[in-house]
Amino acid sequence: MINEIGHFALVLALGLAAAQALFSLLGAAQRNLTWMTIGRRAAYLQFFALTLSFAALTKAFLVSDFSLLVVAENSHSAKPLIFKFAGVWGNHEGSILLWVLILALFGAAVSRFGRGLPTTLQARVIGVQGLIGLGFLAFIVATSDPFVRIFPAPLDGRDLNPLLQDIGLAIHPPMLYLGYVGFSMAFAFAIAALLEGRVDAAWGRWVRPWTLVAWIFLTGGISLGSWWAYYELGWGGWWFWDPVENVSFMPWLTGTALLHSAIVVEKREALRSWTILLAILTFSLSLIGTFIVRSGLLTSVHAFAVDPERGVFILLLLAIAIGGSLLLFAWRAPDMKGGGLFAPISREGGLLLNNLLLATATATVFIGTLYPLIIEAINGAKISIGPPFYNQTFVPIMLPLLVAMGIGPLLPWKRGDMAKLAGRLKLVLLLTLFVMGLVYWQDREQLWPMFGIGLAAWVIISALLELANRVGLPKVSVGNAWQRAKGLPRAAYGMTLAHIGLAVAVIGMVGSSFWTEEFIGLMKPGDSQEVAGYHFKLEKMEAFQGPNYQARRAVVTVNASDDGGYVMKPEQRLYPVRKQNTTEAAIRTTFLGDVYVTLGEVQKDGVVLRISFRSLIPWLWMGALLLVLGGLLSLSDRRVRVAAPAAGKRT
Amino acid sequence: MGRKQRRLIIIALSALCLAAAAALVMLAFRDNIVFFFGPTEIKEGKVQPGKRIKIGGLVVEGSVVKAGEKVSFSITDGSENVDISYVGILPDLFREGQGIVAEGVLNQNLAFTASEVLAKHDENYMPSEVADALKKSGHWKEGEEQ
Repeated sequence: MINEIGHFALVLALGLAAAQALFSLLGAAQRNLTWMTIGRRAAYLQFFALTLSFAALTKAFLVSDFSLLVVAENSHSAKPLIFKFAGVWGNHEGSILLWVLILALFGAAVSRFGRGLPTTLQARVIGVQGLIGLGFLAFIVATSDPFVRIFPAPLDGRDLNPLLQDIGLAIHPPMLYLGYVGFSMAFAFAIAALLEGRVDAAWGRWVRPWTLVAWIFLTGGISLGSWWAYYELGWGGWWFWDPVENVSFMPWLTGTALLHSAIVVEKREALRSWTILLAILTFSLSLIGTFIVRSGLLTSVHAFAVDPERGVFILLLLAIAIGGSLLLFAWRAPDMKGGGLFAPISREGGLLLNNLLLATATATVFIGTLYPLIIEAINGAKISIGPPFYNQTFVPIMLPLLVAMGIGPLLPWKRGDMAKLAGRLKLVLLLTLFVMGLVYWQDREQLWPMFGIGLAAWVIISALLELANRVGLPKVSVGNAWQRAKGLPRAAYGMTLAHIGLAVAVIGMVGSSFWTEEFIGLMKPGDSQEVAGYHFKLEKMEAFQGPNYQARRAVVTVNASDDGGYVMKPEQRLYPVRKQNTTEAAIRTTFLGDVYVTLGEVQKDGVVLRISFRSLIPWLWMGALLLVLGGLLSLSDRRVRVAAPAAGKRT
Repeated sequence: MGRKQRRLIIIALSALCLAAAAALVMLAFRDNIVFFFGPTEIKEGKVQPGKRIKIGGLVVEGSVVKAGEKVSFSITDGSENVDISYVGILPDLFREGQGIVAEGVLNQNLAFTASEVLAKHDENYMPSEVADALKKSGHWKEGEEQ
């Protein structure tokens, strides 16, 4: 019964999305208030219907109702409750349902919090949201219905892929989707602005908080996925330049650019059409990501051709959304007059450089990700493009970006003074050189760590100096500076924190790439091994039974002069339902790096252990956390918040 | 500086960025594209030894020999076999009879030294490259039964 209600609510949501799009867009064109109100109500109702539908599916997973095909294929009665819950989106149908649920959530949010927007702009944003929802709901109903029954219902399910039975991965997809789909707001605002024919400072102010929300979630989602790969896949890598990762990384890059260019629109009314284009591109990349992951294109171009229904459907949606919006852009954007003037050496100039570099970097990732697919589609040749490609293209573009990050925030708006800038940079450069010297003193064999960490130091020192300058240091007294510091807007701290976060993450990347020490080898109980100053001893092997798996684990004692005297227990698990093994690494985090032990093959004369010290890895996660915190701090700024959500005034 | 000149600077800067990116991509393409081959193509001598490639096939039953962290095994597409040696921990999903993909270098005797072994797969436990290699050699059916 509940399944039928869920199914009905899903179809109802499709109709409501159509009503939302139709009434809002026509209402805005005709300036008909009643229609626009109906559109707004439809957005609420659509969200409600989808919540109901999603709740019904969730219940089916929680009570293990195997009469539903998705539940039977992706769940198992013995699975822990939390993973039954996470299993709702651990499959194609459920995850697309979650996608539209989040879309509807944003649609309802703009209906609720967007009262401060001009009425027609708000209606158009809601209308565009409705259109996107319509497309994806049609996709679900036509090709990916989660409420398909099977008869007779099997006694038990096929279980969720054990690799996905993990808390990090349970929250990773919803975060990622909140990010992806969140960019639909920026997109909707861009399309609405093109329809209105007006982009001004106020528009920049409205679009920024929504973009920021999406960016925060996407940052969190990508970091969680990376962290999961690090501890779950068992070999300590955290980024593989895998197409699945790349497609989430591209909207992050353009989204970051958008966040910066929207500031220029808000402060100076410059870069307007570029910002609109960025908003369209960012959401388009999110859609392309959804398409590539959800169409099965990655597993094989052939699989895509054999079961083309889903792929062709999303491809069609993609063509309409991206093609339509770009056409609209080409048609309406030339009407927009150029904005405020600025000199090349200025805050605007710095932000423009940021945008150029981020866009170029996105282009390289885009080529690297899609080129193999295109080649295979054309002549069937199988090629792959791995990390070395990105190290030679993406990384060199990021280096000048880091240099610019240290300079841009020190520049004033409109016109910068070279002499003044040079004076400020002298101190930053001096301190940076000092840090580089320290790094060189630690590691004289290679130069990359010195440059990488030097660049990160450059960014951090400059960010701190900029903050000090803002509060008047060193000219005013400390007490006075403290007063000023309290008065600074939170967005200022948000920026400083986020920039420092990125730099800290860069330190983690450099450290883990260049200074990781590793041992792989056969050990018998009683054997010892020395790695990175730590003394590891394999004490014994144990076997035990988990809730839905059997496991073997090694008991390893670790001793070091400063941090030692503890036990690590890496595991190997076998999930009998899917006959699949997983590796559970044992990780101990210290300030300077992770001690990371994984259990390999168990052989008759011992076990293969992989013991490594992964330098500075915790800095990477810390940096990601700082990025998210910086975003949240910015979002909590009253100036940003008043701008869009919960605004009282009607203009 | 007038609006025109400023715009010119921006356009020049963008062009510079794009040109640099294009140059980087072309350079990286020259060295870093890794081609995929099946065992039959390797035995036919289509691959130049010493070049970095990916190969894939089904792990031959009973061919896996482990000595500590050193592993050797053969893969097949049903017609031809290729011997692979590898040092390290094999992925969780590595099993005899299962499809795998390895990246590494072929030597003069047409034996393969892998630097990386992947047992990444779709729901049917078959890397897409391996499925295609099996289809090419005409042993797709047999492959499925293994």
